[in-house]
Amino acid sequence: MHTEAAAQGRLAHHFPDMKTQEHAARMGMWLFLSTEILLFAVLFTAYGLYRFLFPLGFEEASKLAHVTMGATNTVVLITSSLTVALAIHHARKGENRKVVGLLAITIAFGALFMVLKGFEYYHHFQDGQLPGRFYHYAGVTGPGVSMYFTVYFLMTGLHGLHVLIGMGLLTWVAVRAARGHFGPGYSTPVELSGLYWHLIDLIWIFLFPLLYLV
Amino acid sequence: MSPSPASSPVYNTPNYLNAEKGVRSWLTTLDHKRIGVIYLVLTLTGFFLGGVFALLLRLELLTPGPTIMDAMTYNRMFTLHGVIMIFLFMIPAIPGIFGNFFLPLMIGAQDVAFPRINLLSVYLYLLGAAIAVWGMIHGGTDTGWTFYTPYSTTTVTTVAPVLLGAFILGMGSIVTGLNFIVTIHTLRAPGVTWMRLPLFAWAMYATSVIQVLATPVLGMTLLLVAVERVFGFGIFDPARGGDPVLFQHLFWFYSHPAVYIMILPAMGIVSEVVQTFARKNMFGYKAVAFSSLGIAFVGFFVWGHHLFTSGQSTFASGVFGVLSMFVGLFTAIKVFNWTATMYQGAIQVSASFVYFLGFLYFLVFGGLTGIALSTVSLDVHWQDTYFVVAHFHFIMVGGTIMSFLAGLHYWWPKMFGRMYSERWALAASVLVILGFNATFIPQFLLGNMGMPRRYYSYPQQFQSLNVASTAGATLLAFGFGIILTYLIASLVKGRAAGPNPWRSRGYEWNTPSPPGVENFPGTPVYDHGPHEYHEPVAGEVTRAH
Repeated sequence: MHTEAAAQGRLAHHFPDMKTQEHAARMGMWLFLSTEILLFAVLFTAYGLYRFLFPLGFEEASKLAHVTMGATNTVVLITSSLTVALAIHHARKGENRKVVGLLAITIAFGALFMVLKGFEYYHHFQDGQLPGRFYHYAGVTGPGVSMYFTVYFLMTGLHGLHVLIGMGLLTWVAVRAARGHFGPGYSTPVELSGLYWHLIDLIWIFLFPLLYLV
Repeated sequence: MSPSPASSPVYNTPNYLNAEKGVRSWLTTLDHKRIGVIYLVLTLTGFFLGGVFALLLRLELLTPGPTIMDAMTYNRMFTLHGVIMIFLFMIPAIPGIFGNFFLPLMIGAQDVAFPRINLLSVYLYLLGAAIAVWGMIHGGTDTGWTFYTPYSTTTVTTVAPVLLGAFILGMGSIVTGLNFIVTIHTLRAPGVTWMRLPLFAWAMYATSVIQVLATPVLGMTLLLVAVERVFGFGIFDPARGGDPVLFQHLFWFYSHPAVYIMILPAMGIVSEVVQTFARKNMFGYKAVAFSSLGIAFVGFFVWGHHLFTSGQSTFASGVFGVLSMFVGLFTAIKVFNWTATMYQGAIQVSASFVYFLGFLYFLVFGGLTGIALSTVSLDVHWQDTYFVVAHFHFIMVGGTIMSFLAGLHYWWPKMFGRMYSERWALAASVLVILGFNATFIPQFLLGNMGMPRRYYSYPQQFQSLNVASTAGATLLAFGFGIILTYLIASLVKGRAAGPNPWRSRGYEWNTPSPPGVENFPGTPVYDHGPHEYHEPVAGEVTRAH
């Protein structure tokens, strides 16, 4: 396996073989993803607590969320998870051209997500539906309404930042694919950045119902 | 940074210290051993700074009323002392120095799994430390290291840079933990099975799990406080519907497990030290190994014992109190096994061993007061008094620093290839242990009499005990000064240590001192566990590539 052309020269001196090295990289990535989940867990905890403290305020405020754009974004991200999974499949077969194409589509979906998210933010800014003391929307008032937008902007903001980082990561991998780096013996970077992208998708799958639907 | 005398016989052989020369080779090194040495220099600098602030605090408390500073300066000083000691020394020191240096040696690996991420952790440490210390000194942060809201979100002093610094330091801590977990899983040499893993490696594994799983929560929480300060979103501000107790929950969800980040590696070190100097393998190896994991696990479910007086329900407090006592259970398992290991051993009294004994005494004393504190009704009396201060200093200083010193004396010959003066080391160890007792036993008494923590002034009747405590701190500082002096002297003129001056059977002694760049001449293969003293001296069972 590790004699494959794509794996040549990629074995670090302290690993006995390519298989162990890839196992280590994958394990490192999973551990990193667990830290990401815990990072978001703080905000999910805050969401849970404040929803419990202000059930009415959260219910009223969440009606101000733009469900159509949110739902479109959900479809966009889930589809992008499919394209990134296909990219991994083709990277393993060494079809670097297809990898580049699929990653480009994935990145485009990410960009589309950010644009739609930007429109949502724009509308919230226009209407004064902002966190904490900046909230000045007259349509919905009451305890907990501004807290909803605090939580909303923190959660979607952190998530958006991750989408941007993910797009950067996939761009780097796409450049490497364009140089023909991947093949049956070596596709770890595609797989690991794909994992990262799936996590971003997964977090959104929780954010969408919590912030827009319930 | 590197000890230099190349003419000495110790450094005739090529090793990691003389393989490359120049500052640049140190700043860009990927060698886990050099990174360990860099951490040694950095964290000891942190320890020195934190120690100076501690001495200033003790000096202020020499007399009732203002002595050398006003109340505000005192608040800033204890913040500096706490933040620096916790984030710049206690958390990174043992994993950063001994974990980096010895974990790969102990499992027969050439390096950690991700050497570049390892170097990154050093730079995260440097950046975080620079921002935090600059922020505290420039902005005069006065929140204490716990950053409790709403005080931290409303104080007139600057807080955000310290929070950012602590966040970056946390990232460094996470990647170190991540690196160690993957290293232990993937890079064990043939024959190093899980049940032969040295106990220090087990302890580092348990520590790393906490670092990876708890630190992100702290990072996010501190960022939220920073966001709150900069934008005033109201997430922890009761005036805007926010809940300050949520901060306490999130903060202690990390910061209680974090005390096990500080003590578990210490327990790992003494496990190695006691086996070497009693010349016996660990009595109850599995119990000691798994109790580390037990502490790491239970440690995640005890944070509520910091909130007994924060309006938490009595039921929750009771549950957290009982769970906290489980930590005592796992610790007791270790204590009994360490003690049983000494039984009928061929004990060699060295400075390391004296520190081990000191550790045992402080851990038992500090641990028992911890059980007392986890009892809700007693804690209500002791909450925020010097009793709590004395308790955690017994564990943190008495436990972790004694163990740190035990490890430093035990592994110094391996790290630098030279011996220090054992006579001076023994004298200093006695001085440090005496000084430590004199510093903190009075604080237990003061706390029980009702002296609250974090005040620069106190009633007249507390003075004699405070004077005793300050005198003890001076003694302690003097002891550390002696240690620093003879260790530096040993780098210059210490005699050559040889590969195994303690005749230890630990795997890490299976290399020259100081080790070569590649650690082992070939991949080591083991057919027996570490510290099996009926086996021949380690180092004879290697095969070439």
